[in-house]
Amino acid sequence: MLRRFLLAACAVAMPLAAQAQGTLRIGMTAADIPLTHGQPDQGFEGNRFTGIPLYDGLTAWDLSAADRASVVIAGLAERWESDPADRTRWVFHLRRGVTFHDGSAFNADAVVWNVRKVLDREAPHFDPRQVGLTASRMPTLRRAERIDDHTVALFTSEPDSLLPINLTNLFMASPTHWERLRTQHPNAEATWNAFAANPSGTGPFRLTRFVPRERAEMTRNDNYWGTRARLDRVVLLPIPDANARTAALLSNQVDWIEAPSPDAVPQIRSRGFNITQNLQPHVWPWQPCFTETSPLRDVRVRRAINLAIDREQIRTLLGGLMVPAVGTVAPGHPWWGNPSFRIRTDLPEARRLLAEAGYNAQRPLTLRVQISASGSGQMQPLPMNELLQQQLRAVGVNVEFDTIEWNALFTNWRNGCAHASARGAHAINVSFAAMDPFFAMVRFWDSKMAAPTSNNWGMFNDPRFDAMVAEARNAFEPAARDAALARLHAAGVDEALFIWIAHDVAPRAMSRRIQGYVQPQSWFVDLRLPSIQ
Amino acid sequence: MFFYLIRRVLYAIPIALAVGFVCFMLVQIAPGDPINAIAPPDAPADVVESVRRDYGLDKPLAIQFGIWLMKVVQGDLGRSLATGRPVWSDLSSAISNTLTLAAFASLIGFVIGAILGGLAGTFRGSIIDRLAVTTAVAGVSIPHYWLGMVLVVIFSVQYNMLPAMGAGPGGSADWVWDWEHFQHLILPAVTLSVIPMGIVTRTVRGIVAEIMNQEFITALKGKGLTGWGVFGHVVKNAAPNVLAVMGLQLGYLMGGSILVETVFSWPGTGLLLNSAIFQRDLPVLQGTILVLAMFFVILNLLVDLMQTALDPRIKRG
Repeated sequence: MLRRFLLAACAVAMPLAAQAQGTLRIGMTAADIPLTHGQPDQGFEGNRFTGIPLYDGLTAWDLSAADRASVVIAGLAERWESDPADRTRWVFHLRRGVTFHDGSAFNADAVVWNVRKVLDREAPHFDPRQVGLTASRMPTLRRAERIDDHTVALFTSEPDSLLPINLTNLFMASPTHWERLRTQHPNAEATWNAFAANPSGTGPFRLTRFVPRERAEMTRNDNYWGTRARLDRVVLLPIPDANARTAALLSNQVDWIEAPSPDAVPQIRSRGFNITQNLQPHVWPWQPCFTETSPLRDVRVRRAINLAIDREQIRTLLGGLMVPAVGTVAPGHPWWGNPSFRIRTDLPEARRLLAEAGYNAQRPLTLRVQISASGSGQMQPLPMNELLQQQLRAVGVNVEFDTIEWNALFTNWRNGCAHASARGAHAINVSFAAMDPFFAMVRFWDSKMAAPTSNNWGMFNDPRFDAMVAEARNAFEPAARDAALARLHAAGVDEALFIWIAHDVAPRAMSRRIQGYVQPQSWFVDLRLPSIQ
Repeated sequence: MFFYLIRRVLYAIPIALAVGFVCFMLVQIAPGDPINAIAPPDAPADVVESVRRDYGLDKPLAIQFGIWLMKVVQGDLGRSLATGRPVWSDLSSAISNTLTLAAFASLIGFVIGAILGGLAGTFRGSIIDRLAVTTAVAGVSIPHYWLGMVLVVIFSVQYNMLPAMGAGPGGSADWVWDWEHFQHLILPAVTLSVIPMGIVTRTVRGIVAEIMNQEFITALKGKGLTGWGVFGHVVKNAAPNVLAVMGLQLGYLMGGSILVETVFSWPGTGLLLNSAIFQRDLPVLQGTILVLAMFFVILNLLVDLMQTALDPRIKRG
């Protein structure tokens, strides 16, 4: 009888023991598993969960600490330098002894192959789908050349000190594994699809199970070149609905959810789960239009709007899940600089500036802003914008919203404010990632980036800023580059080139069984660090 | 009958064309750009244009539609813009999941609806009738996504009795009919069943009440037939109309419920359509709607044939 009881007890305990060995189940916001062929889709959530864990780039983000800005560190390249004789040529020295999940060696040929997959239309493995996901994030890279087995030269279209930062977005897939799959499939497209189902990178996890739209399972890569992961296994589950994610966490179907709804946070906390957050290089702004007819062309108006906003009220609205934005990067960041215009709430000064610009009770200012009702990274756009509308009314500014579906707003963002799709808007509310100087500043403030070339939606054109961008791109020492970027950022704040509202804090809810988790000041996390009890 | 069958099958061709065309045009008219499924919003114009060319999205609409149609005729629904996977591979697994859910929801809805409707029609005006009608009205009135959320809060979050999401502990790919998997089906199926349950209840009630008032029932009773004997005749007379309603409802359920499948993260056609709409993934959207429309056509045909088999007075052809 006792023996039978013990056996039964063991049988019951077995699944629990299996779970305790370290399987982490994550509920993502994506509606599908981000692409696993090496260049993930689904925005940075894709890089976070099927990019960085499965692959490495030549450079990487430091995700080890929560208390400082995440910076670029060595990845598959141990070091790199720009060629002083030809600033469009970079030399990357590769890490030795690294192997792909399929056992093949990582070397200079693999780097050249991976650059060609997105930049060389003649390459047999060229994949148009990966171009869209990658080329925009490394806009000046043109080609790669093998120097020796462990050294590779990369060439840019113009001198560009930002290249090492951009290269965090180019993940190294295994050429050997791809070629092996190619023999079994009729064309490159089919081969990449097969590769996505059975990928091979150099990352700390390898994909072991893939059910499209439902789950991806990754197990630890015990041959990883760096610090190995503590978890045995990570299961990724796409759960796009915030309520469904919360329910899945509260019913213990997952251990960690991305972006819980602010409304659900008190309940999640009361049920014994942790809510983690940290400043994220994300900006939730109004981007002004600078064309002749736009009132936001006047710096006094832009400054007045920035001063009329009470960001703490918005933080309260979001249950504390934001950081007030007083620039594109936060104070303390290497690119913060020393702006003389201090963004704060100062209604008398806002009124004075508006009056100076010619707006008063008889001639009120009316702003038209294109916004979305939802969307990735958009936080809670409707209530946030409505609160802004109320706040600006206090200084005599009327705000009208042109609410557009998220996908359509993206399209309009590319068209620029002079395009018919702007429908006379003076500002647009599209949140953005600010990890990389190109995405944080250059694409908005360089006149060459005016729509439809890139995201200078407002058609901003100031030769001083073009010169500062050029200076940053030509500063090849990291300290000099950061100083140039800091000058650019400070000038942007002084000119109030955005109406800065909020930085997201990437809230996550997770089980207390998760130990060792670090939430860096980044869009990404290092899944090697946590374990689960 | 054979020619009727052939004619109905031939009718399906213009319906398929019209559905494909309308769907294609609706997506084109809607604001937004399918390129957003492939290139991030910050992609520069030259990258966007090169990707647009690679995917043939720069061609005139008529040519894009023609290319799609030619492929469909050859049995190729194309590839997803977002994932590059063949549409059919995602669609077939989604259909299978939705069919599983729809079948179980129909079973619940039709059985309960038929019982409630039968009782209400038989005992018209009684308390049973009122309760059944109230239940039916509630069934068709309560928004099912709201009901789904309430059920999740009660049975998953509060009491941890049933899973809140997903199609099995390891996903739908390894679905087997055991309790571990079956429990994932219960909440979404119950949620999805309330509308057909309400409609079937009301339909059956009306038909049964009407039949019960007919003279042949009085005649049957006069001949001494009682209970199950009369019931058998009522069922036989009610079946064709009830079957037609059930067929329509089954068609709706097979179309998948975007809201219910989203609430429960059930990987069916509703969830597939949901993400395809938001991503402007045209091939997935067109392929899914076309296949679902064809399902509807086939289902209607089957219901017509079954009606004919059940009621010889109905002549087809």
